[in-house]
Amino acid sequence: MNLLSNLTLGFSVATSLENMFFCLIGVLLGTLIGVLPGIGATATIAMLLPITFQLEPVSSLIMLAGIYYGAQYGGSTTAILINMPGESSSAVTALDGYQMARNGKAGVALATAALGSFFAGTVATFLVAIFAPPLTTVALKFGPAEYFSLMVLGLVMSVALAHGSVIKALAMVVLGLLLGLVGNDIFEGTPRFTLGITAFSDGLNFVALAVGVFGIAEILRNLEDEHDRQVLTKHVGRLWPTRDEFRAMAAPVLRGTGLGSVLGILPGGGAILASFASYTMEKKLSKTPGDFGKGAIAGVAGPESANNAGAQTSFIPLLTLGIPANPVMALMIGAMIIQGIVPGPNVASEQPALFWGIIASMWIGNLMLVVLNLPLIGLWVKLLKVPYYVLFPIIMAMCSIGVYSVRSQAWDLFAVAFFGLLGYLMSKLRCEPAPLLLGFVLGPLLEENLRRAMIMSRGDATTFVSRPISLTLLLLAVAVLVVVLLPSVRKSRDEVFTESEG
Amino acid sequence: MTPGSKDTTDVVTGILLILTAAFFGWQTASLNIGTAFRMGPGYFPMILSVLLAIFGLVILLKALKTPAGEPMSAIAWRGMLFILPAPVFFGLTVRGLGFVPSIFCTALIAAMASARMKPLPALILAVLVTVFSTLVFSYALGLPFRRFGPWLPF
Repeated sequence: MNLLSNLTLGFSVATSLENMFFCLIGVLLGTLIGVLPGIGATATIAMLLPITFQLEPVSSLIMLAGIYYGAQYGGSTTAILINMPGESSSAVTALDGYQMARNGKAGVALATAALGSFFAGTVATFLVAIFAPPLTTVALKFGPAEYFSLMVLGLVMSVALAHGSVIKALAMVVLGLLLGLVGNDIFEGTPRFTLGITAFSDGLNFVALAVGVFGIAEILRNLEDEHDRQVLTKHVGRLWPTRDEFRAMAAPVLRGTGLGSVLGILPGGGAILASFASYTMEKKLSKTPGDFGKGAIAGVAGPESANNAGAQTSFIPLLTLGIPANPVMALMIGAMIIQGIVPGPNVASEQPALFWGIIASMWIGNLMLVVLNLPLIGLWVKLLKVPYYVLFPIIMAMCSIGVYSVRSQAWDLFAVAFFGLLGYLMSKLRCEPAPLLLGFVLGPLLEENLRRAMIMSRGDATTFVSRPISLTLLLLAVAVLVVVLLPSVRKSRDEVFTESEG
Repeated sequence: MTPGSKDTTDVVTGILLILTAAFFGWQTASLNIGTAFRMGPGYFPMILSVLLAIFGLVILLKALKTPAGEPMSAIAWRGMLFILPAPVFFGLTVRGLGFVPSIFCTALIAAMASARMKPLPALILAVLVTVFSTLVFSYALGLPFRRFGPWLPF
């Protein structure tokens, strides 16, 4: 069987001593930074990204996958223990997880999150292995027009899933696209928007933008008002759930996994949507909906599984089409490009070891999380007590070294400061950074495919609507945009986000 | 809603977006636009600049009609004053001073961003960061940094 031999190849790559080691380091570092309050998974990955560039492509991406899972798990830990979610996907976990912690069941909540995530991760890994290869054959049939329309759909989805004003998110996408175009024109080599700075002729450094807009902006936000963090939970308590608790979490985990796997494939941030959807579903299905918000185990198990399943399956569009489904995947694309790998349907056939190695390492990363983190919870709790003012100078030093190490360019460090300021300004003006980052990564690809498609159609713009796949994708994008702009949907969308913030 | 009330945050957002669009539009003006068939380097940026200006205008007009939203939270002036120069300093000095003194100062500058950091702990922290990152990045990972640069007399 082909799947089996592919998976075997993947596991043989991922279980090599070296790659296991990097996966382990990735998981540990990811959790370490992810645990820090107020720093979400995206900011964590942006900060740790440069560390992976010194490695071989396979090891580097495996380590990055480890960082990703670690960061997510770290985020849940913070959400449960001190009710300070770094990102909207773990905001849902905080609702009931923190209440469980207050009821003295912090250990059980953490274990539920870890076990649910592990189960979801295992299922979703197989889904990726099963569905990614057939999708690459479909993707190979995609022409520039289809790629263009698909990216438009992805950008529109990211707008739909952003907090707050839709029009501001649209503006952020466009701003991101423009920033992505900085550098020499791909067809003619004319410098654009470089202000005469030759360091930017290959484009703005992606790492500098990500570290600035996510990492530094985050640090500045945390410095606004420095107060002592309250770690309410001194005793994590017993870790292993009782038989009854296992029974209570089984169904939500299964449902969450299913829901997350489907939603994760959607471009534009499925994992976040998945945890919201799962929480709502569990609340509706529960016999005792009144328990939700007061420490219901289903309210932790469902969303955490959905979140992780979605995180995993969002690799499908990345690996098959080279299109990032969310900001984290955008970071992955950036990492791949720096490693000289062009993400897209050709990766599976040209570099099977890399492709299957990454898939296998997802599962290994998840396993390591459970094995390592359950015993290490005590350590993470201690870490929560390290004062913030000790942590951020360390983070700043690491970011500076990291960004500089990518291509030894002092201008990139100036760009970090600039984008840090921009990111902070954006947060003050209540503009979301995620659509901007997605736009930045997709900008050059979008333009290239637009220009190719127009050349192929001899300047006839109807090519985008006369080709069936492209038309479908564009219609979907329009539908999504219409739906989010409808007043009734907008209201309920606002409610969902408000609930998560409360 | 009282007449004349407006959402200041969004007014600022709208104006800034329009200015940004104007900047990109102005930069695009010197580029070859080309035709829809053979798009020049300026074609796509021009479309985007126009779009950005439209979005900015819509945000501005909407904001002028809506009452003031929640007030802006405190601004981290001290944070900005020390955090943002830290990477800039590193960029300016890593070649000249070399990696070790440069990262030491970077960590020290960043440490001053917090009102809670005392001078002595900041110094100790900066030393630890320097030792750690020199060992990890320069010795273990072998990044091609000069540990001490030509600006120093030794």
